[in-house]
Amino acid sequence: MSESRLPTSFMTPGTSSFTDFLGAQAPDLLPSRRAVPPGDAGDLAPHGTTIVAATFDGGVVMAGDRRATMGNIIAQRDIEKVFPADEYSVVGIAGTAGLAVEMVRLFQTELEHYEKIEGTTLSMDGKANRLAALIRANLGLAMQGLAVVPLFAGYDLAAGGGRIFSYDVTGGRYEETAFHSVGSGSLFARGSLKKLYREDLDAEGAVTAVIQALYDAADDDSATGGPDLTRRIFPVVHVITADGGRRMPDDEVSAIADRMIASRMRRPDGPAAELV
Amino acid sequence: MSMPFYVSPEQLMKDRADFARKGIARGRSVVALQYADGVLFVSENPSQALHKVSEIYDRIAFAAVGRYNEFENLRIAGVRLADMRGYAYDRRDVTGRGLANAYAQTLGTIFSSGGEKPYEVEIFVAEIGDAPADDQLYRLTYDGQVADEHGFAVMGGAADVVAAHLTEHYVEGASLEDAVRCAVRALGHSETDDRVIPARDLEVAVLDRTRTQPRKFMRLREARLAEILADRGPEQADAAAPEDALAGAGPRQSATDDPADPTDQVSGGTPPLEDPVTGEPPVAPPVAPPVVPPVAPPSQPGERTPTDPAAPGEPRPPAPQPPTQPGQPPAPGLPSPPSEPGEA
Repeated sequence: MSESRLPTSFMTPGTSSFTDFLGAQAPDLLPSRRAVPPGDAGDLAPHGTTIVAATFDGGVVMAGDRRATMGNIIAQRDIEKVFPADEYSVVGIAGTAGLAVEMVRLFQTELEHYEKIEGTTLSMDGKANRLAALIRANLGLAMQGLAVVPLFAGYDLAAGGGRIFSYDVTGGRYEETAFHSVGSGSLFARGSLKKLYREDLDAEGAVTAVIQALYDAADDDSATGGPDLTRRIFPVVHVITADGGRRMPDDEVSAIADRMIASRMRRPDGPAAELV
Repeated sequence: MSMPFYVSPEQLMKDRADFARKGIARGRSVVALQYADGVLFVSENPSQALHKVSEIYDRIAFAAVGRYNEFENLRIAGVRLADMRGYAYDRRDVTGRGLANAYAQTLGTIFSSGGEKPYEVEIFVAEIGDAPADDQLYRLTYDGQVADEHGFAVMGGAADVVAAHLTEHYVEGASLEDAVRCAVRALGHSETDDRVIPARDLEVAVLDRTRTQPRKFMRLREARLAEILADRGPEQADAAAPEDALAGAGPRQSATDDPADPTDQVSGGTPPLEDPVTGEPPVAPPVAPPVVPPVAPPSQPGERTPTDPAAPGEPRPPAPQPPTQPGQPPAPGLPSPPSEPGEA
């Protein structure tokens, strides 16, 4: 830490936003303030792929597969793409992994900073809007192939239930009902959830549904990783209720995944839905 | 021209220290206490909104006494410093020692610079480690001195009385419940009697290493406190302290001009400040023309001299007239104000 007097700007009353403070004090630390030479940089860095979230009575779950790809290469097979944003919310990332992880760190600091300065947490919509602003600031990089598209979910203490927000690269913010998915395998995951999701699911049922959806995404999308049985690598799952968020321990996730795989041994396409 | 007064550096520093100490002594005390699972902070603070104890970072907390706006400024600067450091490097690279150093430099620079009023604050910076032996508690004073405290520490108005009580009763490695009870009893202790502080007037927070979240700071709410502090006898709220008596109280109906009270309705009782440029003490109230000697002409016995402060509401004494010209007798029995046009 600095051994000298705190700069006057630190003592100046004003913003409760960490991003605004950083923009004034150390703009080079902000991902959006870096100049990138023109051209498509999309193939330079690993990409994260599929994130799935679903609400249940009393909370929300979010799960992400563990694969990062770079072109046709699997860049990492145990990457983590779902992070707690604060005690009551999580953010999952799809798109350029390096930028996305940096954006998540900035977002986490932003929420915590506001909470410490103001003595109260941001509302759920306030958090979602702050994330939208961070994505919007990344638009220039997104147009060069370095897009970051997160999925944001959390327990709204004021409304008393789980909520899910999706985004586009321009910072557009859309609230989703029941379930949503982003990333390269999201089409398959969403189709799967359409058939599996029911409103009366409990927490474990919702976790099972999102793990099934990730399996279906991995089945048809080469960039999404399925459960790795030999290395025992399973999706990262976060469950958020009124008591706060927690990452589901690996042994609980692997137990659910093992049950799912056992049933897929009999029927590889997963559970069959009613026709009518 | 008069010479500026010479003030020795010792006297200058002593005056500034006295000023800061007086401001700190007006506030209520804050106790910081090491217990089995971390560090506990207890303060009597009837305000629910203005905190004296706050979180800085994962394992670092801040407590302060004195002027609220000044220590709030320091707290926000600390949060900004810690968050920026943790974002640029890593969360583990934010240390209590570094923060205490930054505060010490800041307070020391302000104290010894002539241009700024010294901060009327004292600060605790506490950091917990993985074991009680790694816990650290720093106490910073208004002049930037840092003391490394062990066991417990007290600052604020009645710090010595509370500290004496804690010296007798503090037990190392106590449970949270015992530590809270010990600290609350000490805060209620005074030379004359022991008071049971109401649970709703307490601000209690801990850095608890047993918390599973990375952020170890937690406030103990009133319900939890009432549970810990049950069976203490009738509660007795403190009399309003200077720190919370003035704010928001509205103007006082007071007949005297109290320099400490900006809301009183009387003015003029306080002599004006010395001339800020020349340092000359005031010789006359600012209403008098500066060329006039501060003695009334002998022709007007019974008049106030201009050095007398005028009582509020009374008409000001007329400005003294130049000595009357010979051969032009003054009007008998009348003071001679310049007559207004239209007056007979």
